[in-house]
Amino acid sequence: MEMTVQISIDGRAVTVAAGDNLLRACLSLGYDLPYFCWHPALGSVGACRQCAVKQIHGDGDRRSGRIVMACMTPVAEGMRIAIADPEARAFRAGVIEWLMTNHPHDCPVCPEGGECHLQDMTVMTGHVRRRYRFTKRTFRNQYLGPFLQHEMNRCIACYRCVRFYRDYAGGRDFDVFATHRDVYFGRHADGVLDSEFAGNLAEICPTGVFTDKPLETDYARKWDLRGAPSLCVHCGLGCNTTVNARAGRLRRVLNRYHPAVNGYFLCDRGRFGHGFTTSGQRLRAPLLRGRPVPPDQALARISDILAQGTAIGIGSPRASLEANFALRHLVGPANFHLGLPAAEARQMAAIRRITAGPVTIAPISEAERADAVLVLGEDLPNTAPRLALALRQAVREGSFVFAETLGIPRWHEAAVRTAAQPVRSPLIVATPAATRLDDVAARAARLAPDDIARLGFAIAHALDGGAPAVPGLPADLAALAEDAARALAEAHRPLVVTGTGCASSAVIEAAANITLALHRRGRPGARFHPVVPACNSQGLALMGGRSLDDALAALAAGTAETLIALETDLYRCAAAADVDTALAAARHVIVLDQVRTPTTDRADIILPAAAFAEADGTLVSNEGRAQRFVQAFVPAGAIRESWRWLRDAGIAAGRPDFAGWTGLDEVTAACAHHLPDMAAIVGAAPPASFRIAGARIAREPSRTSGRTALAAEISVHEAKPPDDPDTPLAFTMEGYYGPMPPALLPYAWAPGWNSVQAINKFQQEVGGDLLGGPPGCRLIEPRPDATASYGGGVPAAFAARAGQWLIVPMHEVFGSDELSRLAPAVAERVPAPYLALADGDAARLGLGEGDAVILELAGASLSLTARIGLGLPGGLAGLFPALPALPAWGIVAKGSALA
Amino acid sequence: MFSQLRTLWTVFLHLFHRRVTVQYPEQKPDLPPRYRGRIILSRDPDGEERCVACYLCAVACPVDCIALQKAERPDGRWYPAFFRINFSRCIFCGYCEEACPTDAIQLTPDFEMSEYLRPNLVYEKRDLLISGPGKYPGYNFYRIAGLAIAGKDKGEAAAEEPPVDVRGLLP
Amino acid sequence: MSATASGLANAFGILVVLVGLGAGLTWIERRLLGLWQDRYGPNRVGPAGVLQVVADMVKILFKEDWVPPFADRAAFVLAPAIAMTALLLAFAVVPVAPGIGVTDLDGIGLPFALAMIALSVYSTVLAGWASNNKYSLLGGLRAAAQMLSYEVFLGLSVMGVVMQAGSFDLRAIVAAQRGLWYAAPQCVGFLLFLLAGMAGIHRLPFDLPEAESELVAGYHVEYSGMKFGMFFVGEYIGIVLVAALAVTLFLGGWLGPALPPLLWFLIKLAVLIGLVILMRAALPRPRYDQLMAFGWKAMLPLALLNLTATGAILLAGR
Repeated sequence: MEMTVQISIDGRAVTVAAGDNLLRACLSLGYDLPYFCWHPALGSVGACRQCAVKQIHGDGDRRSGRIVMACMTPVAEGMRIAIADPEARAFRAGVIEWLMTNHPHDCPVCPEGGECHLQDMTVMTGHVRRRYRFTKRTFRNQYLGPFLQHEMNRCIACYRCVRFYRDYAGGRDFDVFATHRDVYFGRHADGVLDSEFAGNLAEICPTGVFTDKPLETDYARKWDLRGAPSLCVHCGLGCNTTVNARAGRLRRVLNRYHPAVNGYFLCDRGRFGHGFTTSGQRLRAPLLRGRPVPPDQALARISDILAQGTAIGIGSPRASLEANFALRHLVGPANFHLGLPAAEARQMAAIRRITAGPVTIAPISEAERADAVLVLGEDLPNTAPRLALALRQAVREGSFVFAETLGIPRWHEAAVRTAAQPVRSPLIVATPAATRLDDVAARAARLAPDDIARLGFAIAHALDGGAPAVPGLPADLAALAEDAARALAEAHRPLVVTGTGCASSAVIEAAANITLALHRRGRPGARFHPVVPACNSQGLALMGGRSLDDALAALAAGTAETLIALETDLYRCAAAADVDTALAAARHVIVLDQVRTPTTDRADIILPAAAFAEADGTLVSNEGRAQRFVQAFVPAGAIRESWRWLRDAGIAAGRPDFAGWTGLDEVTAACAHHLPDMAAIVGAAPPASFRIAGARIAREPSRTSGRTALAAEISVHEAKPPDDPDTPLAFTMEGYYGPMPPALLPYAWAPGWNSVQAINKFQQEVGGDLLGGPPGCRLIEPRPDATASYGGGVPAAFAARAGQWLIVPMHEVFGSDELSRLAPAVAERVPAPYLALADGDAARLGLGEGDAVILELAGASLSLTARIGLGLPGGLAGLFPALPALPAWGIVAKGSALA
Repeated sequence: MFSQLRTLWTVFLHLFHRRVTVQYPEQKPDLPPRYRGRIILSRDPDGEERCVACYLCAVACPVDCIALQKAERPDGRWYPAFFRINFSRCIFCGYCEEACPTDAIQLTPDFEMSEYLRPNLVYEKRDLLISGPGKYPGYNFYRIAGLAIAGKDKGEAAAEEPPVDVRGLLP
Repeated sequence: MSATASGLANAFGILVVLVGLGAGLTWIERRLLGLWQDRYGPNRVGPAGVLQVVADMVKILFKEDWVPPFADRAAFVLAPAIAMTALLLAFAVVPVAPGIGVTDLDGIGLPFALAMIALSVYSTVLAGWASNNKYSLLGGLRAAAQMLSYEVFLGLSVMGVVMQAGSFDLRAIVAAQRGLWYAAPQCVGFLLFLLAGMAGIHRLPFDLPEAESELVAGYHVEYSGMKFGMFFVGEYIGIVLVAALAVTLFLGGWLGPALPPLLWFLIKLAVLIGLVILMRAALPRPRYDQLMAFGWKAMLPLALLNLTATGAILLAGR
């Protein structure tokens, strides 16, 4: 039941939500009112004075009003405002004119041009002629890293960047300097911006101060970019993205607003990780023993192989449901194996036990509103960055509640921050190493995975005496468990976050007990959020299959001749020696992948698979949300979607059931038919037959240029555009564009709104739900009647061993993901392989930060650099990049292998 | 009826008028400089390419016959890595010239560009780029734009102040 | 030389000259239109462009001779043949000069010529119908109504001359003009004949059956190659025929001082053809209803009045 009030805008009576501000109310109603400093996610500060409207007193006429800033004015019953009032118009035009006095003559050489909020607002206010004849102030730019280009001259001092970077994303290395009209937004000195959310500045900045640097190396204007609704494939959160392509190349990834998932923001891994699609590691042609062959020849060979004997398939958590299902269908469910390390498969199973229980998985939007959060074992800024950003906002939940007691609405950003400075909701983080979320955490504990699990079990016991107790808990941990239990118990919407990050099933079992305990204590608002490593881990877990070890054993034993590996690098899933043995024993190794991996190097037949922007498919996020990603362009060469390769292999092998798979819809339907858990996935997006006004939806903006010249040097005869049998979108500008199901929205644009903020026009109310409902459908819903019981596997406390270290995996936002680290821009940010050590241990070994260190692990010797200061408990060491067999005991020594 | 006869007579008298036809191949037409013929890319007074690859000509083109790709020199200057006009599609409307913010693309009075093969009507940058400023002498976009390039640092463009010292707190 | 041989030579000579003139007129007309529109017209092929005719012939002969699959093939092929032959036959009775002319048909030359012009309507109607095209059909329908209507006035307009001369024999009519050309006493008839003649051969401004701006090309929209060429040449032969009949009936045929009779005939012919082309250059096409209204409401009463007056004067003078 939302309260509404009646107000009048330009003489028209309208109903708006009570408690809202005028600007959001006007924009939600479709009025075009210019603004700069306001942002739906950042709230109002009233800095730019651009959204001026006239508020008319009582029943008086126009002249009796006064100018107010819409973003700072709460709506009130009976309020009368005028947007079109000449005085308000003149005021707004005047503000733009002031802003533009210093704006450089840059638009043609500005990458923001054509999608610039400042351009839109300037046109909207009608300021067309520069009257200012004096000098412009200038700034020197800074080097801000591989992701962002800095051009300070263009700044209009709206403060959005610093509000996002510092206040919203918690970055510390970016600020505003100097005074009055000389204010400068940047770092104290040139350098890489630390925050993994810095890339959002390109979208947050209303003009071209911060722009997408990788895009500039292969630049195209927004009007030339063919869009498609896609999904981020670089972690398990399922953030919605818009992919932009032109001339057969993926140019950039933009945030695509999803009210329940990513909202307005993406992390830099998701935004800039797409560069792997054009990297040198990309596979572009089928290879038969290293020799490029035509697709038909490769398929003929595969059909021969399939006729010879048993083939086993290994599915992938980074391939779509359709691709995995096609493989499962080709080799048969009995021969389908999950491409997950054995430990990870056990952890996914543990997560599955929780999600089958009575507690709802929180979408990120709910995580953002949680009023007490417990993070068990997960280095969120590195494994699920967008969730970390949401938890940063959840910490503020208490301040909003406090501000409301003072009568300050949520959106009144500056006032909330001033009034409720010390008030925070509790965030308790228990991880092996320090995380970038610790700065807002009420308590941050550095523990070994088993101790994290014990802490979790203790919290569950403290919440509900029925849960198993933890024997021999140290006093400090016991006190922490009590505090955490109290915080969770007092909260209305407590949230427990855990995941596969510290490679411990026990941690997940502990989290399961906590959620169950909260449920038993009658907390209907209690939520759980599992963090999974890959974009379709949850989907693969739902699909089910035998473990990877079974597959390797079957190959090594010779019970299966052929291996078909789908987008899986086996060396990331199992110990290298085991993989070597299995691959050597296999008679035929067929690998489908997007990029070269150590596994493809051992393959007899390699089929080049389409990357996310080149394919259609369905992914299931960690939240259990099945979402569709849509192809943006048809890649050059013989690259095909994995499911198409497998279908064609099935047809070549004479399997009649594959012949009916003409488009994605048939595969999705077959998947939903065979797997009852996934029956809902057909509804993740409208089918390929969907039409609006009889037309497909146009992927290209209507102003797309160069159609008759782009390929003219190859042939002056324009080629027929490719057909799309898989989606209701057309590859050209011919088709429908307008209100549409948001799962199909190829790009956001509205008349007069060329910037990313055009998404306003596709929302029911600005910053709220999308018109047409949230894209995707949740496959995992809680079962309140489920008879869940407490798990009792409380592990023994971690005991350090003399001369040995328990090696735990370390995650890096740039580097841990298999694909994104191949992107040139991301590669610059990937740290060198390192071993994180406890400060005391390092001192004992005589190691300082950056010193060479050797790790002896499972018979192999790794040369690494030492990192200290991460707060690891003694006896523990963190390894980046992680290996599949972690955690495991290893020996650490000073020096390098060569020395 | 009379008007018909008068028309006949008037038209008949045209027998003795001078013919307006220009006998083209022998007699060249005298075209004004703003005639919309073959398109060229000009250079600024310093001899550098004027085109900054802003894509405005391409988007203005009603027949989509202009395609280009932006590239950037190490000093920050934008330029087209390729610039292609498919003259077999061009309708010589001049919108590209109108859209060009740097006076780079210009239509010239040359219209003699017939070819027997359509591919020969696809002009690349090497065919389009001339060595002078064309119709608009003197204009140099980078002298006015805020972007720093080699030979023009921040604060050195027209009507610019020297770069702000962000550590100074003087009013 | 026997009578048969001279007759054959005559017939063949006239046929060649006529077809040549028809073809040549395509060039002459374009040059004249050019002159009146302050331009040149075809001036590139050969001296002053005269070989344009040859170029056009080469082009038209080498074009694909295509019959649309949906057309009525027999009628489609027959129509252009009728267009040319009917008008060529009509010319058989035109006395060019003493001793030059194909036949007198025993004194019924004029009705024969009128009959042939009337027959030529079949070409347009058949072409319009056989093409199986909506524009063609409209053109054919217009042609039928227009030509049948103006046939009436064409016949009526020359009846004054026939009454004055007392003969249908064209040579006799020419001979009867030795003192005064019938253009003077029969000025109304002359005018009516010219207009009705132009309508009869659907010549601009009375080209409604093929009105390009509304019916694409009317009855011959589906024709190409030499079939179209036959319509085209047929039209010019029509111009020559109407002009020749007008010269014979109203302008004293070959009569004239000093110069040889043949030359007089050709001079008069040229002037009339020039007038026809000038009308094309100057006058816009009327609406179809205007055309029909003009025919039945202006030309018919005028023709009848002219006939009555001529008859009355002749009776009074007897």
